[in-house]
Amino acid sequence: MRLGLVIDLDTCVGCHACAVACKEWNTSGTTGALTDYHPYGAEPSGVWFNRIRHFELGDYPHNKTINFPMSCMHCENAECVTVCPTGASYKRAEDGIVLVDQNKCMGCNYCSWACPYGARELDRASGTMKKCTLCVDRIYDMEIPEEERQPACVLTCPAHARMFGDFDDPESPVSRAVRERGGYELMPELNYQPSNKYLPPRPTRPIPTENLKKRGIRQVKDWIHQAVTR
Amino acid sequence: MTDQVTVFEDHKNQRIEYSTCYMCACRCGIKVTIENDNVRFIQGNRNHPTNQGVLCAKGSAGIMKQNSPGKLRQPLLRKPGTARGAGEFVPISWEKALDMLTARLQNIRSTNPDKLAFFTGRDQMQALTGLWAQQFGTLNWAAHGGFCSVNMAAGGLYMMPFAFWEFGDPDWDRTKYFMLWGVAEDHASNPIKIALEKLKRRGAKFVAINPARTGYQAIADEWVAIKPGTDGLLALSMVHVLLERELFDWDFLIRYTNAPFLIIDAPGSSDHGLFWRNAAGHPQVWDMCTQNFADGMEAGSNPSLSLLDKHITPAGRTVRTVMSLMIEKYLDASYAPEQVSKITGVPAETIERLALEMAQVAFEETIEIACEWTDWTGRKHDKFIGRPVSMYAMRGVSAHSNGFQSARAIHLLQILLGTIDCPGGFCAKPPYPKPVPPPVKPAQHSAPNQPLSSSPLGYPTGPEDLVIDEQGNPKRIDKAFSWETPLSIQGLLHMVITNAHNYDPYRIDTLILFMANMAWNSSMNTAEIQKMLVAKDSEDGEYRIPFIVVSDAYHSEMVNFADLILPDTTYLERYDTLSMLDRPISETDAVCDSIRHPILKTNRDVRAWQEVLVDLAGRLQFPAFVHENGEKRYQDYKDFIVNYQKEPGIGFLSGWRGKNGDQHLRGEPNPRQWEAYIDHQSFFQHHLPLNIRYFRFVNQAYLDFAVEAAYIPKAEPMFIEIYSEPLQRFRLAGEGVYDGPRPTQPADRERLAKYFDPLPFWYEPLEQQRVSAEEYPFFAVNQRPMMMYHSWDSQNAWLRQIIAQNFLYMNRQRGEHLGIADKSWVWVESHNGKIRVQVKLIEGCQEDTVWTWNAIGKQSGAWALSPDAPEATRGFLMNHLISELLPEKTGERRLTNSDPITGQAAWYDLRVRIYPAAPGEEGTWPTFPTIKPLPDEPRPVDRLRYHTHPPVNLKS
Repeated sequence: MRLGLVIDLDTCVGCHACAVACKEWNTSGTTGALTDYHPYGAEPSGVWFNRIRHFELGDYPHNKTINFPMSCMHCENAECVTVCPTGASYKRAEDGIVLVDQNKCMGCNYCSWACPYGARELDRASGTMKKCTLCVDRIYDMEIPEEERQPACVLTCPAHARMFGDFDDPESPVSRAVRERGGYELMPELNYQPSNKYLPPRPTRPIPTENLKKRGIRQVKDWIHQAVTR
Repeated sequence: MTDQVTVFEDHKNQRIEYSTCYMCACRCGIKVTIENDNVRFIQGNRNHPTNQGVLCAKGSAGIMKQNSPGKLRQPLLRKPGTARGAGEFVPISWEKALDMLTARLQNIRSTNPDKLAFFTGRDQMQALTGLWAQQFGTLNWAAHGGFCSVNMAAGGLYMMPFAFWEFGDPDWDRTKYFMLWGVAEDHASNPIKIALEKLKRRGAKFVAINPARTGYQAIADEWVAIKPGTDGLLALSMVHVLLERELFDWDFLIRYTNAPFLIIDAPGSSDHGLFWRNAAGHPQVWDMCTQNFADGMEAGSNPSLSLLDKHITPAGRTVRTVMSLMIEKYLDASYAPEQVSKITGVPAETIERLALEMAQVAFEETIEIACEWTDWTGRKHDKFIGRPVSMYAMRGVSAHSNGFQSARAIHLLQILLGTIDCPGGFCAKPPYPKPVPPPVKPAQHSAPNQPLSSSPLGYPTGPEDLVIDEQGNPKRIDKAFSWETPLSIQGLLHMVITNAHNYDPYRIDTLILFMANMAWNSSMNTAEIQKMLVAKDSEDGEYRIPFIVVSDAYHSEMVNFADLILPDTTYLERYDTLSMLDRPISETDAVCDSIRHPILKTNRDVRAWQEVLVDLAGRLQFPAFVHENGEKRYQDYKDFIVNYQKEPGIGFLSGWRGKNGDQHLRGEPNPRQWEAYIDHQSFFQHHLPLNIRYFRFVNQAYLDFAVEAAYIPKAEPMFIEIYSEPLQRFRLAGEGVYDGPRPTQPADRERLAKYFDPLPFWYEPLEQQRVSAEEYPFFAVNQRPMMMYHSWDSQNAWLRQIIAQNFLYMNRQRGEHLGIADKSWVWVESHNGKIRVQVKLIEGCQEDTVWTWNAIGKQSGAWALSPDAPEATRGFLMNHLISELLPEKTGERRLTNSDPITGQAAWYDLRVRIYPAAPGEEGTWPTFPTIKPLPDEPRPVDRLRYHTHPPVNLKS
């Protein structure tokens, strides 16, 4: 099994719902609490597993705004795991989730330097590295209703721009979406083989107007009165 | 999937509760996991009609709203001997506070009830607050619609049986072409996001018209960068294109609108432009088959649109159809795309193409749903025909002084395409459709110790319905329903403080504000408003607004100006109803209402405002709230909701009525109704059968259903009024020929004559007519961030990590041309003032426009933020630039900066000039004194490690 996320850039409106749902689940989750620094002060910041980037493509008026959520990609070749001196970072054989054992981590930051996606967050209060767990403490919890055994970000996304599933199963919704919509991975040249994929914006359906245009302008005196019974 | 190595959290100490979110106005269903009386997790309720399981950033951040240090903790009284606004408060017990308030209100009610002004902000219980005001007997009540989006409500409801906002929605599952006008990220939040994905998945086209490209526009198939305030003109240019090519729905216009109605053509006479009516008072049509006049309200005629003809009545009067007026007006070259392009900034080719695309989808990609239904004439149909083009518009169109007519222009476009309440079109949400306009008139008179004869708010249909005295002067403190803004159906909260300060039209005694931040982001001209709140009368030395009561759950800027603070609960700590009598949560295909109930115990000495209102109503002996012997009729809010009946069988909640809880929509009170709602996840949903899902304004079975449910008084068709006779009556009054009340002041006469066009039209926004475009070359507007709702969320530890400072966004090429660098500080000046702000240069901004996020800026110290919070030091309000009054004009009294028809606050009419700040000039300006913390307000913590249980580690 190779679990991961598909993120649909065609429908992501950049609302940050996924980021906050992740925060609220995981702050009481297996690596919680996710510390907030100066939450009511001059420079509020904190530990988040999922952050949304916003950027623009093209020059006005041919510009497009892209909202780009980023979290751990659960790479097949996870360098963050390779460089970990304590063995705290590991990739699970059974489902491909990359995790950090909070009991072994000493907060040395090697893994965050190795991660090209900026997915790792050092919690200065616990002194340990934290990251997306794919809500491993939700998705297998048999006491949670089956349809809700999904990562919090997927569960909450109002634009249904996030999908969760097994990329090893070619018929899973995530595999099909990637196949049908031209899903791609970030920075393939690094050969980290990230599990998470992104779906590009769909092309716009052209709406033909030639026939209507051909009708041309019609003088009102030429309109044919239609008998319609009220 | 199973897992052998994960240890899961212990659910034994957890309970699940279902309630309704209050982080914005969407009112999504929430499923809340509570662990040891702390919130473990808030998620969307999968079964809920509004959000279907999803939840936005605000909703999930409800945990941090519940844990905000800015929560109010106890009733507080301004410390005797200290000045209002100084922030010195002393605790007072609820009993003492309510005794004091009761005595004060009793005195007002027994002498002059209008001396109480009661206005509510983020009020989700207007049916109760309105009833309370009516029972008190003051004319001076309204919620915040006047500064929010009344133009969308009024623009729709004076033309159609429903409107944008909470009154209607696109048929999201079937529409193939969706046009979104202006900013709508806050209304609606999750429903529109859910819908946009559906559209995209189905390959429908999504066109976004907005000067800014962020938010929903980011994913639009086409972004139309329009100049602010010109939307109505763009819509009417598309109307021009459609008419010019005879691309409209003939059947729809003749059957369902007043396009064939005959209008008296007698300029200068008192009935010019009014319908020519028969003895029964019905408008007449010209029957093209009988070649004679016929009753327009009777079935069976074949009305002619009489495009170019006029008719002569037996009495010799000249009459013509509404359609002939439309043709004359909209085929005029001033609406041609080439002309309109110069004003809107939208290329002529784009205007024409968009109009044709919609015609293509409406008329060539028609959809049909097989279903037997009967219309009001008794005619049987075997299908619903759908023209799958839909639109939505909200604040972006609303917040201009031409917003009412612009909303009508957008509706006109939909009407010509025949996309109203049809499959794939724009559909009503019960209790709508309602007659045009809804048959409720505002109360006109108040008297000591007497309830008003009706609600303080309603829908005037002519000058007779205004709330003015014999001299024609306003009777309300906000001047609603006066000549200045006759159709101000939701009042003008943004004028209350200015008018009360100026004793214009009179001095009030007490101002009660519920959850309205009028000392900050909800007022125009904020700095001056703060001065007015503390101004004293030069003769008696008292405050010009003698007593201010504020109820809120949090330490807002407004709370600081209260004389008496009545602390509200949070949304997780109280009972609420989202009622069909008020602003329900219905979907287009279902009647829905919902509740909140206390899922957390409060740990503060606070009371829900609705409890306080019911309590006060008993203390003040309101007739509807006491028995004949004077005993309280209702124990508390919960009891009131169950037992109050508007008419037999109709109460606040529709579900589980009747003694046994087995009746819906209508039925006797059910003493266990709250429990029934709680057992059903806090909402009630009644799906409409397919035969009453569409064309409901003329669908006989729906009309009968709506009478039974008390949504409408009579099962009569509700025709679309493209041509508005009420507007024409006001115009005649302005022209001095109306057979009834007429204004005397030239400014009123001119405004009525000019703006009360019975057909939708476009005019330059009022402030812009008086401000030089050369001197102030930029339009300045606000957009709504999806992760923040107005002023509420800056106190939220998680949401403010996403945004704690707003910037002034500017078109990059334009900024570079002006020598303005990205992230630099600039001065922004309007006719009313100046501010210093930080700029960001972006592509997604129309080149003549600058914009910012609404209400991120805060007064230092408010909301329990640390005084150096970026919201106060780097964030800003545009409000300082906006005057609540139009620029002065010689010989004219000062007029409100609002739509001249509805009184909608014209926030987005602003024009500014921008220039770089001097080197070293940094930080926001103006700044305000730091608000003192309230007694017992916790100090901001340095670290927050919120969790409801110790982490459950994985087995390793």
